[in-house]
Amino acid sequence: MSTAETPKRSMRTPLGRVRNLGAAHSGTSDFWRQRITGVAMVVLMIPALVIIMTLHGSNQAGAKQILGSLPIAIIMVLFIVASAWHMKIGMQVVIEDYVHNEKLKLAAIMLNNFFSIAVALASIYAILQLSSGV
Amino acid sequence: MVEFALPKNSKISGGKTWPKPAGAAEVREFRVYRWNPDDGKNPSVDTYYVDTNDCGPMVLDGLIWIKNHIDPSLTFRRSCREGVCGSCAMNIDGQNTLACTRSMHDVKDGAVKINPLPHQPVVKDLVPDLTNFYAQYASIEPWLKTTSPTPQKEWRQSHEDREKLDGLYECILCACCSTSCPSYWWNSERYLGPAALLQANRWISDSRDEATGERLDDLEDPFRLYRCHTIMNCAKACPKGLNPAEAIAELKLKMVERQI
Repeated sequence: MSTAETPKRSMRTPLGRVRNLGAAHSGTSDFWRQRITGVAMVVLMIPALVIIMTLHGSNQAGAKQILGSLPIAIIMVLFIVASAWHMKIGMQVVIEDYVHNEKLKLAAIMLNNFFSIAVALASIYAILQLSSGV
Repeated sequence: MVEFALPKNSKISGGKTWPKPAGAAEVREFRVYRWNPDDGKNPSVDTYYVDTNDCGPMVLDGLIWIKNHIDPSLTFRRSCREGVCGSCAMNIDGQNTLACTRSMHDVKDGAVKINPLPHQPVVKDLVPDLTNFYAQYASIEPWLKTTSPTPQKEWRQSHEDREKLDGLYECILCACCSTSCPSYWWNSERYLGPAALLQANRWISDSRDEATGERLDDLEDPFRLYRCHTIMNCAKACPKGLNPAEAIAELKLKMVERQI
């Protein structure tokens, strides 16, 4: 609760302040994508973990043998895409919740996008490289 | 950034302990948040002792007893004293609820601790400034909107369609839910909050209303609607036993439904 002396008050009406810039008419696609990627991760989590455990301790030739299989490579790539996308949306929500400085918020959201894309691309590149054994 | 600590002038300092009522056989300790906009001091928590044999069983009875017998300056809102008007919403023993329907005997562990609804500006003592909350309610345009010619008698509704409003129409706008929601604390300027969204769903679910699509358009926003993270404090707090989180989930479902 805040008994603060009234901060800089605008003379705008309370309803005007609530309506502000109007509805963005977006948000549903992110909400839906977050659910899709969440369900996808639930489905992909167990095979991905099994694959990672199988890979544990193997050398590059062993990794090529496992990841060279198309279904296994696809599972791993899908898992990376779903988790990176889910991470990007989830982190954006956290930033929007807690960072209220507009400039800082924009910068943080931008960095979040860059980071998620970079992580996803690096991981996919690694899987493809290991599966082709180059 | 979000503020996790109280501003300097909201920090609670020590309060006054009022003497126990003379000759009272049974007393109950009340610790009540006090703040006066006129004395320039920080808020404090005053301690009162209520003669439970001389007043009713509810927390509101205790507050009225304090005001009548000990301290007439204690300020709080109340009206119907039966859970219909929503005026006496406050934080009792850590839970937002109505003082008139919460028995002081249900508050365990010693003192009855009373604070104003959380995270709202305080007007005085237990009276929060709910201007923004009411403006948010007004923004969802809580009235029947139609374009068809008005019928000679009433707008008709089947029993089945009327049942869809159960669990929604009972909301008394006491603000217990919205002010218990952390997401509302952090973003109350942009997030409409559980109460306004439950009310929005009440009109969106009304078979007689012809503006469902426009209403959904006005809610489709990352902040207005999608700041709800299903924390569920709203459902826990509602003194009428409603479930605003479920109403918000229905809204999100309708948003998806019209896109897929």
